[in-house]
Amino acid sequence: MDKRVEKKKLDLGSRYLALTQDLQWTTSYQPMDKVFPYARYEGIRVHDWSQWQDPFKMTLDVWWRQQSDKERRLYAVLDAFAQNNGQIGVSDARYVNAVKLMLQVFSPLKYALHRALAHSARNLPGDALRIATQIQASEQLRHAQQTVHAASVYNKYFNGMHEVPRWYEQAWYLAPVKSFADDLASAGPFELMVAISFGFETLLSDTLFVPFMSAAAHNGDLSMVPAGFSSQSDTTRHKQAGITLVKFLLQQDSLNIATVQRWVDKWFWRSFRLMPMVAMLQDYMVPKRVGSWKESWDTYVEAPVEALFAELAAYGLKKPAGWQAACAAKDHLSHQAWNAFYGYGHALAFHTWVPGNDELEWLDRKYPNSFDRWYRPRLSYYAQCEAAGKRFHNHALPMQCQVCQQPMIFTEPGDGRWIAYRETQHEDESFHFCSDQCQTIFANEPDKYVQAQLASHAILQTSGSETTENALQASIADLGVVIGRDNGEFHGSEDDTNFTLWGGGQDMKEAQL
Amino acid sequence: MSSIDLQTKEIKPARNTFTHVARHIGGDKPASRYQEATIGLQPTQNFHYRPTWDPAHEIFDASRSAIKLADWYVLKDPRQYYYANWTITRARQHEAVEANYSFVDSRGLLSRMTDEVRESACKVLMPLRHVAWAGNMNNTYICAYGYGTAITAPCNFHAMDHLGIAQYLTRFGLAVDDPGVLDAGKNDWLNDPRWQVLRRLVEDTLVMKDPMEMFVAQNLALDGLLYPLIYGSFVDEHLTLKGGTAVAMLTSFMPEWHDECARWVDAVVKACAAESDENKQLMTTWIQAWADRAQAALAPVAEIALGEHGQEALAEVRTTFNARIAKIGITL
Amino acid sequence: MSNVFIAFQANEESRPLVDAIVADNPEAQVVYSPGLVKIDAPNRLVVKRETIEEIIGRKYDLQELQINLVTLSGNLDEDDDEFVLSWKH
Repeated sequence: MDKRVEKKKLDLGSRYLALTQDLQWTTSYQPMDKVFPYARYEGIRVHDWSQWQDPFKMTLDVWWRQQSDKERRLYAVLDAFAQNNGQIGVSDARYVNAVKLMLQVFSPLKYALHRALAHSARNLPGDALRIATQIQASEQLRHAQQTVHAASVYNKYFNGMHEVPRWYEQAWYLAPVKSFADDLASAGPFELMVAISFGFETLLSDTLFVPFMSAAAHNGDLSMVPAGFSSQSDTTRHKQAGITLVKFLLQQDSLNIATVQRWVDKWFWRSFRLMPMVAMLQDYMVPKRVGSWKESWDTYVEAPVEALFAELAAYGLKKPAGWQAACAAKDHLSHQAWNAFYGYGHALAFHTWVPGNDELEWLDRKYPNSFDRWYRPRLSYYAQCEAAGKRFHNHALPMQCQVCQQPMIFTEPGDGRWIAYRETQHEDESFHFCSDQCQTIFANEPDKYVQAQLASHAILQTSGSETTENALQASIADLGVVIGRDNGEFHGSEDDTNFTLWGGGQDMKEAQL
Repeated sequence: MSSIDLQTKEIKPARNTFTHVARHIGGDKPASRYQEATIGLQPTQNFHYRPTWDPAHEIFDASRSAIKLADWYVLKDPRQYYYANWTITRARQHEAVEANYSFVDSRGLLSRMTDEVRESACKVLMPLRHVAWAGNMNNTYICAYGYGTAITAPCNFHAMDHLGIAQYLTRFGLAVDDPGVLDAGKNDWLNDPRWQVLRRLVEDTLVMKDPMEMFVAQNLALDGLLYPLIYGSFVDEHLTLKGGTAVAMLTSFMPEWHDECARWVDAVVKACAAESDENKQLMTTWIQAWADRAQAALAPVAEIALGEHGQEALAEVRTTFNARIAKIGITL
Repeated sequence: MSNVFIAFQANEESRPLVDAIVADNPEAQVVYSPGLVKIDAPNRLVVKRETIEEIIGRKYDLQELQINLVTLSGNLDEDDDEFVLSWKH
């Protein structure tokens, strides 16, 4: 009767194993191949699933408790923000355009990751990995939802956030995000895991959710920032899962190495091609600046990735094929992006502007190799145009890369004079790419990428013989974006005048009594 | 300065909520966090690539189910769960479980548990770890392949809940017995003839394709009979009479959870059936078929649990279930 | 030799964690930026439950540090007593 009185409390590792292992069984009434129909089609071989374990050893009880602690803190802050008109406490209403971009880009992206990870979570045969993946899938939903909640107050008072789902589906400038998300969602369960946990979360997510969030905090955003920091704590677990998964796959079978390398190359590059927006968020859209995109890249990408791949070399993995090109772009990315968005300012759902003189000086100090030579002249030109009452508008339809769907605005690595163009003939059609890496991605899976629907092509197909000069703007107006109110020049916009009217800004003037 | 003009800075909102939410809730009025976190989150068109794993469908594709809805956001969750309030609720419930474990432990109720109660509880509850695991896999399936955030998000939560239950059952076994009890349970699940009808049923659910039929089979038909039978008839009514109150305390999460979720499950089924005669017919056929199968599969389990009273208990559970279905507006 | 790092939201709760890490990792360097505190260390960084408990004067579960964690870099090894980040090369 008393034989089980003395129960020692299990240590973390033992507890995790006891609660995770052996829930699964080998089915016999239905074949395992039918229960896990996508386990083999990608060609990945796993011989012993028990060799992978969650580095954080997460069990549901701990997870609920911990996440609940985070949520109670976060939502208390969000409630306070709403109650106290926190939206007028940001440095400058230009900053709110960063919030708009985050809502337009990162909430839909996180949602896409959530559903895609559910697919992996159902189909990967290893039980410990499935549990970690399910936790990840839930947390991506968390991030999508809390971004919406954090932006909710801003939406009430500022323009450019009111119908994101429609814009995400169809707006030309959000196509790089949608095509990335769709590429993920259409991939198999193994590729998906490598792409998200390792490619995006490990290699690149820190740049948005750490230094940019810190800069946003400096600009008084007490809504998006706590949400961003809190979500990144979940992402640390995703990253560890991703790194350990890659090592596990490489160790399980040498035949996996080539496949994993191809995925790392592809998803590093596709993730990198989402970075222009992050780069310009940090260099152009936070009025009170903390550090530059280049510094963020050095701290949060270049150094950690070098360290990580030094270790992975022992497993047979090489740095991603586009690594050199990506590092070479650090002097240029934010500026090229801002220039493009400024020129297309009439066809976006957020405002753009020419930075003020001390901002230009800051950019010069941070980018001594590139800013004065390549980018200040353009910004000065825009300022002149504005002063003359004729804001610069780029009326041409952008040529988009068939793979990443970015407009062709990136220059040849190491030579800022030339836009990088590549072209491939495939089954009697010409396809265009922004880089060697996108061209290679296409070459590896042409049947996939020929399916893509490029916004510029759609406009050309429907506009017939009419001029395409205003077609891009019209395509945005069709989605419920109010031209001039929701986009175009920031100075003099409704956002700008309202913010002044409300006495907004971190240097708020006292009411005159 | 002559007259003092107190200018109240009126900071008026330009809108109450997002346009796509307003469209759904009947106009631009303040929306709840549930509404803003749910409506419109899933893209519906302009997908760039077909899934390599299912090229016959789009990435998100309503045609994966035979259920047809003009607007998949009618499948509202009456609990209004989004991630934050769901996890806060579960954490609170978990604190109650921890408190029960402390209580049971400190009062020596575990050490004083009779062999009869211990063995009886473990014989029934340990194989159910695997049933919960399948519930986790199936709800993950619905999250992956269902249509619209209104149904896929709560199924994600539901999947995690099943995993939580599997872990609670494991913890129970380890608390009252040696680790070998888990292996014994798995062995029964795989080999004991009395568990095989249920295992066959469960494995059949694991290979289903229609996410809404899976919802009915797993969340309504199977769980709708299993939970009342095990935690109602067996644990609450039978084991406690034999001195097994500790078992009820340590598994208290399960019946409470089931009752909470039943409101959601019923609302989903009701909304589907209300839309059209075709949907109602589908729901009726599915519920009838899967409830009958589940009842047959649980008959030998009821015998393990309740001996000669098993069939009577199971019949009562089925009667209650039928009444529940009638309340949703479906006649079996 | 490469750096590992760990970063927390800069608030009251993370202060003792930072103090504990500095105490246990003599080569650690702390960098503050708005809302954030980041700690770099060459090759290895250890967070010890015992040290934290000494500082805060109560029992501490190492898994609690995830509440204010923002990011980290390095391979993780965790048990009930220590949370270790390291590179193996």
